Amino acid sequence: MLIEFFFCVRRYGVKTSITELLDLLAALERNVIFADIEAFYQLSRTILVKDESYYDRFDRAFADYFEGVAEVDIASAIPEDWLARGLQRELTAEDKAKLQSLGGLDELIKQFKERLAEQQERHAGGNKWIGTGGTSPFGTYGYHPEGIRIGQEGSNARRAVKVWDKREFRDLDTDEVINNRSIQVALRALRRFARTGAATELDLDGTIQATSRKGGLLDLQWQAERHNAVKVLLLFDVGGSMDDYIYECEALFAAARSEFKHLEFYYFHNCVYESVWKENKRRHQQSIPTTDLINRYSSDYKLIFVGDATMGPYEIAYPGGSVEHWNKEPGAVWMKRLTDHFTKVAWLNPQPQERWHYYHSISMMHELVQQRMFPLTIAGLQKAIQALA
Amino acid sequence: MSSSHSTLSQFTSTDSYIVSNELALAVNATITLEKPLLLKGEPGTGKTRLAEELAASLNTNLLRWHIKSTTKAQQGLYEYDAVSRLRDSQLGSDKVHDISNYIKPGKLWQAFTAEQRPVLLIDEIDKADIEFPNDLLHELDQMEFHVYETGEHVRAAQRPIVIITSNNEKELPDAFLRRCFFHYIRFPDAEILAAIVQVHFPNIQPRLLAQALEVFFELREAPGLKKKPSTSELLDWLKLLLAEDMQPEQLQQAHQKGGLMPMFGALLKNEQDVELVEKLAFMARRQGR
Repeated sequence: MLIEFFFCVRRYGVKTSITELLDLLAALERNVIFADIEAFYQLSRTILVKDESYYDRFDRAFADYFEGVAEVDIASAIPEDWLARGLQRELTAEDKAKLQSLGGLDELIKQFKERLAEQQERHAGGNKWIGTGGTSPFGTYGYHPEGIRIGQEGSNARRAVKVWDKREFRDLDTDEVINNRSIQVALRALRRFARTGAATELDLDGTIQATSRKGGLLDLQWQAERHNAVKVLLLFDVGGSMDDYIYECEALFAAARSEFKHLEFYYFHNCVYESVWKENKRRHQQSIPTTDLINRYSSDYKLIFVGDATMGPYEIAYPGGSVEHWNKEPGAVWMKRLTDHFTKVAWLNPQPQERWHYYHSISMMHELVQQRMFPLTIAGLQKAIQALA
Repeated sequence: MSSSHSTLSQFTSTDSYIVSNELALAVNATITLEKPLLLKGEPGTGKTRLAEELAASLNTNLLRWHIKSTTKAQQGLYEYDAVSRLRDSQLGSDKVHDISNYIKPGKLWQAFTAEQRPVLLIDEIDKADIEFPNDLLHELDQMEFHVYETGEHVRAAQRPIVIITSNNEKELPDAFLRRCFFHYIRFPDAEILAAIVQVHFPNIQPRLLAQALEVFFELREAPGLKKKPSTSELLDWLKLLLAEDMQPEQLQQAHQKGGLMPMFGALLKNEQDVELVEKLAFMARRQGR
């Protein structure tokens, strides 16, 4: 009873459970659809898939199960000339030199075909197409699988394209490392409720007291509703080595933004010096003196740095150490001013913790934030929140 | 949609609402299997409208529960009005002896006890606190709950048709998703969109519509728009074009000359987007020369 199909869908990484399988079977039993493969596709998708980012995986699983995608030998279907021309066009002189070291274009195409065959198999196991890992030589030369539409070459030649072969939801598929929800759940621990705004809630204790003071004559007391009153100041390191962690930072930022009402954020590069800025585009026109941060935000703001702290030690320790401008005072002095003012400070580092000890600058920064540097993972985030609470 | 065996009436497009086959199937599965249907999609693709049209086509009541950031799950079940009771006790009213006089049923309660199977719309569930969906798990699954103040047990006489919409502001917990069917309303293609427009403006000139749709889809393709215009924006825009008695030629002329389309305010909702489209049009015009 569709058990193979169910396992096939799960193998492609769609998180679906027995409850949903039973629902699907119940729907079939109730004749919601009848002997119509397209309707079955739509129905099973409605019941088994719970997020549009999984639609693409589901489409692939469906195609695999009902059509047997693996039987098409794509590698032999691609004309060699065409491939070579396509690659040549994308290459710079430098790349071509590198290419020679790999044994020339012919060798590369051979490798590509081998890789393609191999990936076809792995693809059936639930992995992604060529080019996403970043280790493939084809990726570095600017080759993109969608450019030659591997997914459709095979199926177009064979028959009319079916709905699930169109794979229209491919853009929505994301392999999220840490998702928004888990970050938000972690950030929740930082909530501090305080009563602010209009008094709309009945204050029971107050009412009892006031009423007894009046000898039993009812005297209702009101209080404001509780809102999350925690204040957060986020300082993001941008550019340079941080480019690798853009996704993690975006996820953190999005989660923080919807969780905290009082959230302020600024950017810096590598280490905080005399100024920070709010918009990366206009950082040179519209930077804000770091002393303003100290004056503007009260010390009960929780200060969170997000950065990899990976730089030359002189960028922290010496005047003029900044890679971008001449700083009169060393970064360490500015870090100390900030940590002196804000009592609750944490540093989130997207660099994996195993690699921290390779960089002297990380241990220096770790020292400067009083050992409150944590990796940007869910566990690290939880520890950071504990340190901030 | 060949469910000729089913005794239930099938939900299809109506005179005033165009529904894709996929969505109709999802809705019919929801009605048959009595599970909540979670709808996602770009704002303005008719998620809320669906519930209204569904209730109208089934000839039943629509109960709307609009979720806000302060909404709590308990409010959907019932609220105990302690304040009125205290006041009444002071006035010596007889009502005060019966606590059930002060229990106000919420939307779920109303849906559970309705005489005819109603449509319950839980609108924009992602606006609520992150724990909100978890607090409703049992109630939506078993369709029953307990009233602590009176010891009453409320159980659904018939399971209401539950439609839940989300704008993806927060991710929903897995346990909650397990209990729902899910459908992502895709942005309609040109053909369906034209059908939708026909429903709203039956007297529109075909040439004006074609021209307007061309401008509209081109605009949606523009990279980097903060808010892509959606169906409801298109309808607003067409309404303005018709009110101004705009001719297709005028629209085409404006389009070829570059610059913003007439009445752009209906399509573009923030100044960065307006600026972006202006720039794109300017670039297109320079390339054209």
